[in-house]
Amino acid sequence: MNRHEPREAPRRAASSPPPAFPLAFAALAVSAGVIWVAWAVLLHLHRVLLANGLEQRWMDGLLVGVGLLPLLLLIPVVRSFIYAAKARAALTGSDLAAARVQTAEAREWAQYAIGYAVATVLVFLGIQFLLANGGAVASTFFKLELIRSSFGLVLEAFWKNVWMFCVAEVFILIWGLIIAVARMIPGRAGQPIRFLAIVYTDAFRGLPTIISIYLIALGLPLANVPWVKDWSPEWLAILALTVSYGAYVAEVYRAGLDSIHPSQWSAARSLGLSFGQTLRFVIIPQAVRRIIPPLLNDFIALQKDTALVNVVGVIDGFNQAKIIASNRFNLSAVTTVALLFMLITIPQTRLVDRLLETEKRRIRA
Amino acid sequence: MSFLEIRNVHKHYGDIEVLRGTNLSVEQHQVVCLIGPSGCGKSTLLRCINGLETIQSGEICLDGDRISGPGVDLNALRREVGIVFQSFNLFPHMSVLHNVTLAPLQVLKMPRAEAEERAMTLLKRIGLEHKAKAFPDQLSGGQQQRVAIVRALAMGPRLLLLDEITSALDPELVSEVLNIVRDLAAEGMTMLLATHEMGFAKEVASKVCFLYQGVVHEEGPPEQIFGDPHEDRTRAFLSSIIEAGRL
Repeated sequence: MNRHEPREAPRRAASSPPPAFPLAFAALAVSAGVIWVAWAVLLHLHRVLLANGLEQRWMDGLLVGVGLLPLLLLIPVVRSFIYAAKARAALTGSDLAAARVQTAEAREWAQYAIGYAVATVLVFLGIQFLLANGGAVASTFFKLELIRSSFGLVLEAFWKNVWMFCVAEVFILIWGLIIAVARMIPGRAGQPIRFLAIVYTDAFRGLPTIISIYLIALGLPLANVPWVKDWSPEWLAILALTVSYGAYVAEVYRAGLDSIHPSQWSAARSLGLSFGQTLRFVIIPQAVRRIIPPLLNDFIALQKDTALVNVVGVIDGFNQAKIIASNRFNLSAVTTVALLFMLITIPQTRLVDRLLETEKRRIRA
Repeated sequence: MSFLEIRNVHKHYGDIEVLRGTNLSVEQHQVVCLIGPSGCGKSTLLRCINGLETIQSGEICLDGDRISGPGVDLNALRREVGIVFQSFNLFPHMSVLHNVTLAPLQVLKMPRAEAEERAMTLLKRIGLEHKAKAFPDQLSGGQQQRVAIVRALAMGPRLLLLDEITSALDPELVSEVLNIVRDLAAEGMTMLLATHEMGFAKEVASKVCFLYQGVVHEEGPPEQIFGDPHEDRTRAFLSSIIEAGRL
């Protein structure tokens, strides 16, 4: 046997770690800069409060308290320096392994300080933006007195948005499934139906929702279309939203139905189940579980798009807020409705993320 | 005329010819094993028999009745011809009992009580009655495949097609599945199975067919095919199996 002799591998030269002090100094510089910016912004805020006669003892306390917070950035900076010094000591004692560990710690703390410093400066710059123009920005968007006095009116109108998207969602779920199944009908007989379903989804996914609301909710009564012409603008808007979002949701359904492995079709059909029975008992129940996250995403978009119905004169939350805004020359009521929209959609977006995460875990398991 | 007659069947996917004039016959109560290298058309042939794939020419007859080509009631055919797949293909969102009763309930319109009673009897036979409420993901591969066999049996088929049903199983789980097939063979169930388990084929088969490039290259009783193959291709295939320690 002529085997290769194992060759002596060349020993890798132990490398000394990169220096830790420059990064620690950088972290110190960045943190100091951020602290300076924060204090400048807070001083500015103090002046604006004085100018508006809003100055109070507890507010000063609050400002000082907030001013102290950026100083916390110095804690990781100090740690970074401590570890950098330890690293240098280890290096002079030529303990390379210890030096590497201490250097890694020093760099880690320096990066930590820089990350928090960047986030802090962004927050304070945001405050500075609201203070711009002697506080005019803040009072245009956040005039508390106007928010309080108009809240009832805006909330009442906002219920119309809630009602519209709830009703529309039910119709969209049904309509989207019909379109999705129409796109899957097999055989030559199904060809024209498949074709129409494709034309429909392409057309309405290409059409901006605001235009389809405009065309349907204004156009149908204008054209005197029998039966439909007597509908209220709200119901016509719901029709427009259903037709428009039905196209998107049909695609979501179709992706879900396509994602079921063909072997499930084979198994069901081989037992004698018909096309329809296979869809109903085997494919759709599995697909629906998978499409809940993308479906919720589309519904969040729909909920926000209910604000578009103002183009046909429905008094929804946004339209009501616009009326108040133009009467009072201040946008705070619009801020109210914006916050209301966020209030109902943010929990749903969090939920979607959670569902996607569990789905991912399930597939990997 | 045999119970199942496959005459000169051609099947191609696009340019790829899979079956090139396949001929095969199965008598009632026979167990016929299809062996051959991967891609020789075993699975495709089985899928053609119960209409999961359409054939381009030739014909397939069951009990004298043509079951290929246009005008065949596929749903009715599939009540008589069951198939079990390599990858089990249980419905993951249904319990074991529900998997077994779905087709009897929806296709045969059997009353629920009767369907469930029959399903439980079948599950008891394979020793899985305590898993009736479990979901497929909670079962081992061997248990899933046994349920899949029971699911096909619940329709009371006259012909059972088994498509490499042990290929996806860990070796220690193979026997529990083969035992069921052995029992079914003893009871006289007509079966056509594609398999790589040569030892098993040798034991239960009434006839072994060696499929090569979409045609039955050689067929005969298992003693002859495994003991004294006449064709070079068969010999080459079997010697590679022996080399792999599988026979």
